[in-house]
Amino acid sequence: MQNIFSLKTICLLFFFVTSISFAQDSHQKMHIEEIAPEVEGKQGLKEEIKEYINHHLLDSHDFGLYSYVNDAGEHKHIGFPLPVILWDNGLQVFMSSKLHHGESVAEVNGNYYKLYHGKIYKTDAEGTINYDEHHHATNAKPLDFSITKNVFTIFLVGLLIFFMFGRMAKSYQKGAIPKGMGRLLEPIVLYIRDDIAIPNIGKKHYKRYMSFLLTVFFFIWIINLLGLTPLGVNVTNNIAVTLALALLTYLITTFTANKNYWGHIFWMPGVPWPMKIILAPIELLGTIIKPFSLLIRLYANITAGHIVLMSIIGLMFIFKNWLGSSLSFGLAFVLALLELLVAALQAYIFTMLSALYFGSAVEEHHHDDH
Amino acid sequence: MEKLIEQFSFGLFFWQLLLFVGLVLLLKKFAWKPILDAVEKREEGIKDALDSAEKAKLEMQNLQADNQKLLKEARAEREEMLKEARDIKNKMIDDAKGEAQAQANKMIEQATAAIESEKKAAMAELKSQVAGLSIEIAEKVVRGELSNKDKQEQLVESMLSEAKLN
Repeated sequence: MQNIFSLKTICLLFFFVTSISFAQDSHQKMHIEEIAPEVEGKQGLKEEIKEYINHHLLDSHDFGLYSYVNDAGEHKHIGFPLPVILWDNGLQVFMSSKLHHGESVAEVNGNYYKLYHGKIYKTDAEGTINYDEHHHATNAKPLDFSITKNVFTIFLVGLLIFFMFGRMAKSYQKGAIPKGMGRLLEPIVLYIRDDIAIPNIGKKHYKRYMSFLLTVFFFIWIINLLGLTPLGVNVTNNIAVTLALALLTYLITTFTANKNYWGHIFWMPGVPWPMKIILAPIELLGTIIKPFSLLIRLYANITAGHIVLMSIIGLMFIFKNWLGSSLSFGLAFVLALLELLVAALQAYIFTMLSALYFGSAVEEHHHDDH
Repeated sequence: MEKLIEQFSFGLFFWQLLLFVGLVLLLKKFAWKPILDAVEKREEGIKDALDSAEKAKLEMQNLQADNQKLLKEARAEREEMLKEARDIKNKMIDDAKGEAQAQANKMIEQATAAIESEKKAAMAELKSQVAGLSIEIAEKVVRGELSNKDKQEQLVESMLSEAKLN
């Protein structure tokens, strides 16, 4: 009863919001001549929000907390710089403060570098960027091993996890029952062992994979959660990060697989031989598609969540009235709660599917008819 | 897709791979192994404790069964002893009764015999007294009878007639 009521309320509120924004639209159209500058300002705001969201989704070379335009019209960035490491005829190391957020050219050992759309390009002393017909920069890109914001966060999360579980491990030396944080973490560790690893991999082999499964679960979960904080770090929406994780799943599956697994891929038992020939490439492709789906799933879920959440937060600034903005706030709040769930869910799914793939790799031969 | 490929940062990939593998290895040594071992040891301990409790319970049950058996045996023995005692008692009573009967019978017999002999003696005495008395009476009668002749003859005659009758 309660649920139905709240659902109705939310629907009604949505209706209000849409009608108000429509009213605003028509209002704008009617008086477009008179209030053109204001509309332009609104368009500018929308562009700015879009830009901001895009920027947020990208990695950056410094750890920026926020930025603002001061009275003099200058962009001020609050945060701290991170080291840039480039491989360009030798190692080039300098702090990202030299790049000035893409506003000026950094000169290192006689080479000039400029930040453009989050990437470092090699330029001349003036910092000219050459474009092709699609407006893509054609300047040389040195190999970039910089400690970017994401790398920094990964390192930090690694430290955090190591600290958490190191302490938990130590607390077992004093007694069989963990103390402090271990009390919270132990059920999760046991859940991964008893409900993810053992049912999927089997009692005989699961121990080999526990380290990877536990690490990947806590790593993804914590880093997803960190992405929801106002720090604005956003690691798992980078295809490079999810690719690295999925690649590890693929490599572990491939290198621990037994005869039975390869037998099922190259010479599927129980089917006529022409089918076996057809099935082999499909199965082989399947081994790659499986981890590929892992990397896309994690990447897409987190990216979509961030885009939607930030868009709704952005709506607050577009509406600029008490009803629309507060509704956007409410919606953003509910969505943030949902994202909390998604953060844990994606970690669970990644771990679960990895365990499933490992399980198929070490599955013993049971019977021919399947 | 093009955007995705453009977005792909090899540096980030490299660092993620390096840091993550390092993290897995470090955690394996310093966290996962000790934690999982400790948990396993604890679970084993709990299992052992439960097993031994179960065993103790079983032992207790066995002990109780033994006790019950012992008690039953004791009871049976007591029953047996009581029965024996009762038998002995009955036998003793029976024996005593028999003996008493025999004694009584003997006494009665003796008494009877005594009475018999007394009776015989009494009879004999009575007989002798009766005989003496009879002779006396006969003497007196004969004297009276034989005091006159007539009467003697009469007697002889009656006697003779009697003898004839025989």
